[in-house]
Amino acid sequence: MISLAGRDILHAWGKFVFTGVGLGLLIGVTLIMAGVYRGMVDDAKVLLDNSGADLWVVQKDTLGPYAESSSVYDDLWRSIRGIPGVANAANVTYLTMQVRHGERDVRAMVTGIGADGPGTPGWPPYLVGGRQITRGHYEAVADMATGFKLGDRLKIRRNIYTVVGLTRRMVSSNGDPMVFIPLKDAQEAQFLKDNDAIWQQRRRTSENPVFNNPGTPGVLEAVIASQTSSPYVNAVLVQVARTHAPEDVAQAIRRWQRLTVYTRAQMEAILVGKLIATSAKQIGMFLVILAVVSAAIVAFIIYTLTIGKIREIAVLKLIGTRNRTIAAMILKQAIALGTIGFVVGKISATFGAPYFPKHVLLVPQDSVAGVAAVVAICILSSIVAIHAALKVDPAEAIGG
Amino acid sequence: MKRLPFQKRTLTLMAILVPLFALFIYVAFSSGPLAPVPVVLATVENMSLSPALFGIGTVEARYTYKIGPTFAGRLKQVAFDVGDRVRAGQVIGEMDPVDLDERIAAQDAAIKEVLAQLREVQARKDYAQSQAQRYHLLLKGRATSEETAAAKHQELQVAQAALAAAQEALSRARAEREGLAAQRRHLLLIAPVDGLIVARDVDPGTTVVAGQAVVELIDPDSLWIDVRFDQIRAQGLAAGLPAQIVLRSRAGVSSTGRVLRVEPLADAVTEEILAKVVFEHLPDPLPPIGELAEVTVELPAQPSGPVIPNAAIQRIDGRLGVWQVTDGGPAFKPIESVASDLDGRVLVRKGLEPGHRVVAYSQSAISGHSRIHVVERLPGVAP
Repeated sequence: MISLAGRDILHAWGKFVFTGVGLGLLIGVTLIMAGVYRGMVDDAKVLLDNSGADLWVVQKDTLGPYAESSSVYDDLWRSIRGIPGVANAANVTYLTMQVRHGERDVRAMVTGIGADGPGTPGWPPYLVGGRQITRGHYEAVADMATGFKLGDRLKIRRNIYTVVGLTRRMVSSNGDPMVFIPLKDAQEAQFLKDNDAIWQQRRRTSENPVFNNPGTPGVLEAVIASQTSSPYVNAVLVQVARTHAPEDVAQAIRRWQRLTVYTRAQMEAILVGKLIATSAKQIGMFLVILAVVSAAIVAFIIYTLTIGKIREIAVLKLIGTRNRTIAAMILKQAIALGTIGFVVGKISATFGAPYFPKHVLLVPQDSVAGVAAVVAICILSSIVAIHAALKVDPAEAIGG
Repeated sequence: MKRLPFQKRTLTLMAILVPLFALFIYVAFSSGPLAPVPVVLATVENMSLSPALFGIGTVEARYTYKIGPTFAGRLKQVAFDVGDRVRAGQVIGEMDPVDLDERIAAQDAAIKEVLAQLREVQARKDYAQSQAQRYHLLLKGRATSEETAAAKHQELQVAQAALAAAQEALSRARAEREGLAAQRRHLLLIAPVDGLIVARDVDPGTTVVAGQAVVELIDPDSLWIDVRFDQIRAQGLAAGLPAQIVLRSRAGVSSTGRVLRVEPLADAVTEEILAKVVFEHLPDPLPPIGELAEVTVELPAQPSGPVIPNAAIQRIDGRLGVWQVTDGGPAFKPIESVASDLDGRVLVRKGLEPGHRVVAYSQSAISGHSRIHVVERLPGVAP
């Protein structure tokens, strides 16, 4: 038996293929949109993965350090390190800021990491070039997305840093690339005021007779020195020994240190549930709209194609073709159109994704779901056309 | 003839659809989780490491002299300003003596008065002595009464005591004079050593309390750098090690120095070890006190052993190790490292042998099940 659908597609193949490509671009955008959402979730998870921590110890009653600001004293890690079950604890600071390279500013999350060595919580887990930080000051490891090259000199606040290593997919939950610098420098960048502010503060202090009493020399210098220290970090990252359950250790820290501690699952809930919830809803809305638009376009195309050959269908009916055959023809064409569309969409999405400013993650599950959705939409959209084709009066073949 | 157009159409359609589907299959397998991870390998080398320590510190003067008055008073004059060099013994400034000169004049007069009294008492004593002698002889000749002779002897003793008192009064007056003179001398602010004036905190006319510094003097030949090294890496830091010093204002220019001493007290709050580093040759011009300096201390070379780049080290399941690549793919190999240098090389004690190949860089995090694809350089990384 000859394939009516195939014959018809061959008859008007140009129109068919180009319609498929057009539909494909629309499906591509839909896939990218889903990829953007997946990318946001992945950014949040990758941030947690890359920190290498099992527990996050932050200021009491804050959602820190990613969702809310948090500051704890930088000697806190010692008391945490002494709690049973803690394998490693390291200070960390996070600050999203502009990093200056020559004439260019790059928005990045500057992360201060402790001075231990590779594998310490907070350190980038893998590099794509260069080396890890070895000096305690003025070195940086940057994410590729910053556009920095090895040997570049960056300006963060008042200090110059040399890029010694490059890493990849190290991003904040907002998708800003990370720049890792030694902790002490990062503390200075985050908590030490700029020179003008320090001057103002010194002047105010020196004009206060309590601090600058002529009869007690030396008090002023001591007060000024105490004002310019920065003994804070944003969080303490904790790695739990394999013999202990993270929740038990977290409970011990909460109880004895009276701090807020998040486990990996809780942190993920904060990042995915709270930080990107609104953006996720926004993208969900766009996905729904794009799906409806795609369905409408497919329905419209199929309907137009069917109406365009209504006379032929009438002839087919006149010569006694069964309704089922005609419906199958239209359905097959719709599915073929959808398949071409999906293939074009998947290709365009894959090639287009790297050019988007934010991370677009195309997961195979989304593609599978996409195929199913496209086929379902095509079947549903063809119903209108099938209905119109079946209603046609065979007499039209003669009358027209 | 009739079938040709169909065939042509079919061929054209196929020419479009077949590459399209081929591209689709390529895309499905070359991206996402099914794609192999590009990695760059490094070979474990057998070499000797020269570890080094990096720390920052500030230029400081080893000896600082704060020169001020020993008692409260008003500053009369300061002869030098910041930046001037002074020699040992030179007068830097002077306090206002107020009434000290007058008190010294009064004391001079008092000394003269006591001298006059001394002469008077001496004359009385001489007279009393001759009287006593005379009556002593008369008594021997029974020419006077014993009572009278005893009275003369007593007068002599009184006169002697008065003379001693007058002499002590003179000593006291002279000592007081010397005390005032010493006070007068202490009003002068004198340089204890050859040095450089680095601060002038008080100007003439100001009242200063005892112990307050008027000027600050340093010995410019005794500049050193107070360096702080992170405790976590400071293993092997010792006095005498060579060091390279880069001053913040002279980036790129490195001077040689050496570790003078490692402080017995470490900073418990900042978790740093403090050390003093001195210049081999003092830079000219002298760096300002308080300038930031970067110091790199060269530690003795380690015996040779397997060395890997630190980029290869990862922590998997709480253990430090590397991804060793064999014919079967990547396998995690726990290691123990001994030493590292500032160029990012790490000496491994256990776990690896020279010649092994390990993953230095990877495009994404890898696991034991990852398919890897060895490349020369990862995309996007400049040589």
